[in-house]
Amino acid sequence: MTLALDEHERSMLAGDRGEGAALAARLVVRAAEALDAERLIPITRAHVDSCLYHGEATIDFVRRLVDGGARVAVPTTLNVGTLDLLHPELWHGSREVAERGKVLMDAYRSLGCRPTFTCAPYQLADARPAFGEQVAWAESNAIAFCNAVIGARTERYGDFTDIACAVLGRVPDAGLHRDDARRATVALRIGSDVPERLRSSDALYPPLGIVLGRRAGSRVVAITGLPPHQPEDRLKSVAAAAASSGAVAMFHVVGSTPEAPTLEAALGGYEPEELDVIGLRELRQARDALTSAEVAVPGTPIGAVSLGTPHASLTELREIATLLHRDRAAEGVELLVSTGRDVLAQAEADGTAGRLRNAGAELLVDTCSYLGPVLRPTPLPTMTESAKWAWYAPANIGAQVIFGSREECVRSAIDGRVWRDPAVWGEA
Amino acid sequence: MPTTVSGRVLAPGTATAEAIVLDQPLSLWGGLDPATGVVIEPRHPQRGASVAGRVLVMAEARGSSSSSSVLAEAARAGAAPAAIVLGTPDLILAVGAAVADELYQVQIPILVLEVADLGRFRTGDRVTISQDGAVSIG
Repeated sequence: MTLALDEHERSMLAGDRGEGAALAARLVVRAAEALDAERLIPITRAHVDSCLYHGEATIDFVRRLVDGGARVAVPTTLNVGTLDLLHPELWHGSREVAERGKVLMDAYRSLGCRPTFTCAPYQLADARPAFGEQVAWAESNAIAFCNAVIGARTERYGDFTDIACAVLGRVPDAGLHRDDARRATVALRIGSDVPERLRSSDALYPPLGIVLGRRAGSRVVAITGLPPHQPEDRLKSVAAAAASSGAVAMFHVVGSTPEAPTLEAALGGYEPEELDVIGLRELRQARDALTSAEVAVPGTPIGAVSLGTPHASLTELREIATLLHRDRAAEGVELLVSTGRDVLAQAEADGTAGRLRNAGAELLVDTCSYLGPVLRPTPLPTMTESAKWAWYAPANIGAQVIFGSREECVRSAIDGRVWRDPAVWGEA
Repeated sequence: MPTTVSGRVLAPGTATAEAIVLDQPLSLWGGLDPATGVVIEPRHPQRGASVAGRVLVMAEARGSSSSSSVLAEAARAGAAPAAIVLGTPDLILAVGAAVADELYQVQIPILVLEVADLGRFRTGDRVTISQDGAVSIG
């Protein structure tokens, strides 16, 4: 197939709007060719992940855009960067990396992007697309959330492509922008051996996401057998986990996500190519595999607890404050909660942030604690409620991870030792 | 006799190098050290192996959308694969290769082959990739 470009696109490509815009146009054309698209279509918004420093190549690239006079053509939010610009004292790494990280974050602001610095742009009311909107989003958890939970449409965009689409204001007319690719081809039912209490507990959803990613690869799966109208924060943890263990950019949870009022609707009227069950054993195995620490039994001393990956919503921050109640994190245990700077502002306004700090929690914004040296060095394991954190932190920052539910993590922070509620998983 | 197969070109270029066939998909971000080209993903069966200067063969790419940056950074550091052969198209790697070419004039050809043809590659095979997507193995 050949790609047909309109006059605007051809003029950008020819360099009429500057060399920066021409570079952006060349990259979008390359992406369109990779996706076998016949044309480009306009977008209303973009979310850009390229502002995280991965070495000098990331700065060399944005300099080309800045020096070439590029500007974003649509409202554009930014994903996390290397540093918490509001709380720079939380960085324990080299000054050089911090400085390069900040240079990159500033360069993306100068292209006209909004300095949101969050991996959960869907939590921002004024940046969140509506159902059916065509957008260019990067960041794997946000992509899956955008498609599955909001029903807005994005392909799996990555670094460089995201900002290129934002500058051009166009994306390839391909993949998840089109109806065909969005329907489920696989139907997975939650097994009858999964206890009712677990289905209604937050604890189920991160391991379920890991299983979904493994089973799906890059296919679209519809999950059935969960109580309807699942809260967004649970679907967020499914999306983040599935995009870590697999290339999941779209899924359906029947009764909860907007393109899946029924299984038939999710399948788009076709028969599924695979129909299977996710049983309790597979979910428990996925949960256990998220723990990398050699010893993780109840009573094991811990050095830190990291919550909020993807960035905690205001609801999650309030839940953590409620779980802490009048207690504090134990002496010597670092309790770190990551969120976006805009959500933090809301939490400051309603008193949640103050309650968390009074309980000994540190609040991190603009970045994530698995990207660099933010947590204080500890020889002891770190506990997390995030499957994505558990998946990436061992390689990224050398953490020994103990995975648990949010409640288990907070209780363990208070005790300074692993606390478990085996009843949730039917193991009591 | 070398086997010849043909693939769809996602990123142009030529290469002659040894193949490394990954048993599982790899996310370059979090899975590859761009300074050395070594696989660092803890759960990956080929952890510790280097893809630098080799023809990286895998059924599909996986995981994070930051993999384009890691590919471009590996190109800057001289530790990128000589070429990448996939079973499914991947725009994240295609654009990473395009940026490596734009910034550093390093061409990392990326081809998509029929899944059946992927099975013809063995780690250590001598692989030659031409501009038009023809691949000679062995």
